[in-house]
Amino acid sequence: MILTRIKTSKLILTVFFAALSVFFLLPLFWMLSAAAKTERDVWTFPIQWIPKEWNLVENFKAVWLGDVSFGLFYMNSIKIAAISTLATILISSMAGYALSKLEFKGRGFVFSLMLAFMMIPEQATLVPRYIMIKEIGLYDTHTALILMGIFSSYISFLLRQFMAGIHNDLLEAAELDGAGFFRVFWNVMLPLSKPILATVGIIKFIWTWNDYQGPLIMLNSTKLFTIPLGMQFFQEEFGTRIAVMMMASVAAIVPLIVLFLLLQKQVINGIAIGGVKG
Amino acid sequence: MNDQMIAGDSVAGANQKTYWTRKRREQWAGWIFIAPEVVGLIVLSLFPLISSLVLSFTEWNLVGGLSAIRFIGLDNFVQLFKDDHFILALKNNVWFTVGTVPLTMLIGIVLAALIHKKLYAKTYFKVAFFIPYICSTVAIAAVWQALYHPSKGPLNQMLMDMGMSNPPRWLVDTSFSLIAIMVIYIWQVLGYQIIIFLAGMSNIPEELYEAARIDGATGIQQFRRITVPLLGPTIFFLAITSTISSFKVFDLIKFLTNGGPNYASTVIVYQIYEEGFERFKMGYASAMSWALFLMILLVTSITWISQNRKVHY
Repeated sequence: MILTRIKTSKLILTVFFAALSVFFLLPLFWMLSAAAKTERDVWTFPIQWIPKEWNLVENFKAVWLGDVSFGLFYMNSIKIAAISTLATILISSMAGYALSKLEFKGRGFVFSLMLAFMMIPEQATLVPRYIMIKEIGLYDTHTALILMGIFSSYISFLLRQFMAGIHNDLLEAAELDGAGFFRVFWNVMLPLSKPILATVGIIKFIWTWNDYQGPLIMLNSTKLFTIPLGMQFFQEEFGTRIAVMMMASVAAIVPLIVLFLLLQKQVINGIAIGGVKG
Repeated sequence: MNDQMIAGDSVAGANQKTYWTRKRREQWAGWIFIAPEVVGLIVLSLFPLISSLVLSFTEWNLVGGLSAIRFIGLDNFVQLFKDDHFILALKNNVWFTVGTVPLTMLIGIVLAALIHKKLYAKTYFKVAFFIPYICSTVAIAAVWQALYHPSKGPLNQMLMDMGMSNPPRWLVDTSFSLIAIMVIYIWQVLGYQIIIFLAGMSNIPEELYEAARIDGATGIQQFRRITVPLLGPTIFFLAITSTISSFKVFDLIKFLTNGGPNYASTVIVYQIYEEGFERFKMGYASAMSWALFLMILLVTSITWISQNRKVHY
């Protein structure tokens, strides 16, 4: 019964598109296979998709157990991305709560100000930010990167839009029970906003993890490098050793792909909300 | 007199007790909750934007310290128009936008329409096309750098196999480096466009398509007469945001070509980086930053104005 409802034309088109999507992802398959090969076989043509001679362990060692290890870059990236994400969520959800549920003088003005802030491109502010960071002695620290990343009018706007849709009855009920505004925020607002917080959190994490420009400008010491800067460091060190570079690329990409596959619904919804309503 | 004083005292006392009315508490709570974000944005976004404007009227090599700042009026802006590298960067930015935005939007809308209506396993296709978008640009750049290798890379080996004796040398070729980067960029952002279009399409009522089918409209007619017009706001949104993001392209260029060879792939953000963070010419880099900001502002306002006139929701 079910089988008969499957349209042949739709099925053929699906198979064709499945092939197209594989073709689309070929660069990533090439990366995976090169990461497991010897330097010589990387360039063999036609491409050996399955390595003839496996060199996975050697490449792995070069990336993870060398003098400068990718493990260090990993720890730095995890630290910065985790702290930035948590702080952004806290600051932005506070702003979202104030803008959607609290009546205060100047709210309308602040809201338009936040919308205007969304128009300021980060690149136009790089030079003074860099000078400020240098002047207050935070150059070449993780704190600088975290500070630069945790204020986002865009994320506050998304949270404000979601929170505006939460019923006031729920908040009033909590107030009748004697909860102050801080309790209402923490015990009612945040739990009710979990879906959007998850979405915004994962997106912010991905952005921070992949950020290259910020660390490039704010960091100098190799031991503080994040993964994208670590990639550049490897390019300088191993420029001709493509298999090692591909192993490093795998290391940079795989955790995010796994995270994305697990939470793809949240990520895709988040991108879609931002796109349709933003 | 006495009575009045007593009355006044009691009013003051009552005022103190009732000072924290619900309204006042809410007033304070509002400001406390909004404060971190607003202060942060003012200090780290608005203030730098304004300082950047001030700096753009100065000549300042950071190495000389604060005392080395010298006001030079509009000289930096005049200099911009004489700077071959900046002019080239501006041209490259325009080419980059013209070459990537319409093409990605076209492929994106067609793929999204097919995924939305004509394919099984929608989720798989969303995910598959979206993967490059979430990957670290630098890691992706490393992969493409290998694929583009002039003599040994798979791309050129394939072209040579197909009989092309002198394939382009891609990233190291002055006439191809920008195109090579555009290809990677399109590959990377296509999934984003598909997701946004799919979100827009899911808001189009199914009845419209049913009615069209009853009237005998073909799939292509439905696409042209229903999908595209009703996606107006989405198309418009993507046109602005993609144009703006294409102005800001940097990661691929820094990692792959450093703007080269011979400035063939440089763009404005790369020039800001080079002047500001490699040559420490803070004033000049700030002038470039403001040129970029004004261009983005221009694109946004033009599209805003035309949106209010033309796009029907």
